Amino acid sequence: MSLELKNASVVRAGKAILDQATLTCEPGRFIAFCGPNGAGKTTALSLLSGALRPDQGDALMEGASIRSWKPLELAQRRAVVAQSSPLSFPFHVHEVVEMGRTPWSGITGRRRNSEIVAAAMAEMELTELGARNYLTLSGGERQRVNIARVLAQLWDTSAEQGQRWLLLDEPTAALDLRHQISLLALLRRLAQQGWGVVAVLHDLHLVYEHADDVVLFRDGQVFASGGARDVLSPEAVQRVYRLEAPYALAV
Amino acid sequence: MDQLRTGLSPQALPQERDTSLADAAGAMQAARERRGQVVVLGCFSLAVIGVVLSIMLGPLEIGAFDVIRIGLGAIGLETTGDLTRVQIGVVESIRAPRALLGMLAGAALGGAGAAMQGFFRNPLADPGLIGVSAGGAVAAVAVIVLGSVSLAGFTAALGTFALPIAAFLGSLTSVVIIYSLSIVEGRVVVATMLLAGVAINALAFSGIGYLTFLADDTQLRDLTFWTLGSLGGATWSRVLPAALGMSIAIVMLLSLMRPLNALLLGEDDASALGVDVERAKRTAAIGTALGVGAATAACGIVVFIGLVVPHLVRLITGPDHRYVLPGSCCLGASLVLFADIVARIAVTPAELPLGVVTSAIGAPFFFWLLLRDKKRSVLG
Repeated sequence: MSLELKNASVVRAGKAILDQATLTCEPGRFIAFCGPNGAGKTTALSLLSGALRPDQGDALMEGASIRSWKPLELAQRRAVVAQSSPLSFPFHVHEVVEMGRTPWSGITGRRRNSEIVAAAMAEMELTELGARNYLTLSGGERQRVNIARVLAQLWDTSAEQGQRWLLLDEPTAALDLRHQISLLALLRRLAQQGWGVVAVLHDLHLVYEHADDVVLFRDGQVFASGGARDVLSPEAVQRVYRLEAPYALAV
Repeated sequence: MDQLRTGLSPQALPQERDTSLADAAGAMQAARERRGQVVVLGCFSLAVIGVVLSIMLGPLEIGAFDVIRIGLGAIGLETTGDLTRVQIGVVESIRAPRALLGMLAGAALGGAGAAMQGFFRNPLADPGLIGVSAGGAVAAVAVIVLGSVSLAGFTAALGTFALPIAAFLGSLTSVVIIYSLSIVEGRVVVATMLLAGVAINALAFSGIGYLTFLADDTQLRDLTFWTLGSLGGATWSRVLPAALGMSIAIVMLLSLMRPLNALLLGEDDASALGVDVERAKRTAAIGTALGVGAATAACGIVVFIGLVVPHLVRLITGPDHRYVLPGSCCLGASLVLFADIVARIAVTPAELPLGVVTSAIGAPFFFWLLLRDKKRSVLG
């Protein structure tokens, strides 16, 4: 019941942007991918989501190669928030959230769908914006809409239907401080309820505060992984980010 | 907080939860759905009226009831003994194939416009603007001019299907070129898409120009009228092969209602939602090429339908393809049929080219769209 990379490499223009990465994500934990720009965090996340195929090695979900999963089965248990969304058509906010229910069309009833969409919007404090044109929203509001969409996607997946995985690439990037904190608290809560949560995050203070585990990337390789407070030692942060002095996160 | 926690538990939402939010969201959704359904139904009725009017009007006027009676008579449900043989003949061999061609060509062009705009995630992707029509046209003109010379083998092998198949291949080539040029790392570069369309159009029209230069006098009369678009050449032998192609294309395009919605989020997000992106893209490309190619083969280049129609539908229904696609097919059919009626009666006894009428409607509409979007700065 885990999400793994096994010796996975991705080569672009002759350079390995991910080099023989091996890591295991267990469900029930909020796992943060951290490291400097270009260290391979997003690439690793794309391998885990199946958006990208490794040139060498493999990405596995529950022991089976992601490639061998049927797209619909995958969509019913794993959801992805990308860094940005190219949506350029004037959908209403509630319609974008409703798109998260795509893998369940014909399975979930109308009434239940509306309930889920409403609840996912409420979770992201979007209820007031339901009838707004998505294109008129700010970057942070759009980000919350996309998070609500993936929450709606996995909302009803039961334990019998499979393990739920939520993969997020810099989900806090456009959010204000309050929404950053409440999103990380939500991710932590979801992990406590048994979801697998993997997020690429840059704010080490927030990670230190909220995440269970951390995978530190440097130069396309996994530098360290383990419990957040063990991995993010002042010395490790100094070495990974090439700082001049040890950097303490503990307040 | 407690409420949220139960909401996210695997046991799903409990019944006693406050349902007013869900009611509000449901009502919002239902309102848009109802509006979408009304629009699709309205456009469909308009297309039916267009078909009947198109058969009624002309030098020999035929009453609406007689049109319906001849239609029923053709399948043996009504006796038409009191109508003259001329009336029945005019309807059956002149106006019916013309109306059928107008209806299907309009539906194929409207649907293809909606599909291309979704496929390229941009409301400016029109089969005419990006060269899909011109690609079909140059191939069709080649068959007309060279059909008895260098392409003799091709036309002999395919018979009446030679023209629509050639046009389909020409249109498909345009779609493939545009796609491979304008998608960079999964993102659509809109400027490249439009400029590639300009280049393909220029190339295709130079090809058409050269073929026109090669054409003999009888072919020439055919070509000049045909490059401006017309339903005038509608005979059953010409309409039926194209009709088959357009019908298949319309069915293919209508199957894209849900995948296209997800595709608007981007290819990665769509595939994360379980949509078979490669298959959806293939269906959109082939359906568009087949629809536009077959329509172009039968009635020439009819511009602006693919641009104007989906915009008009989207204005009222919003961008949901469950309504935009069928609505565009029906409104496209109506618009072509009514434009053809105008083309026929504006300068009787002569006939205007259909493309002239659709441009006269479409180009000002395009200007209006640009002006409106300039003010609002957001499409929609």
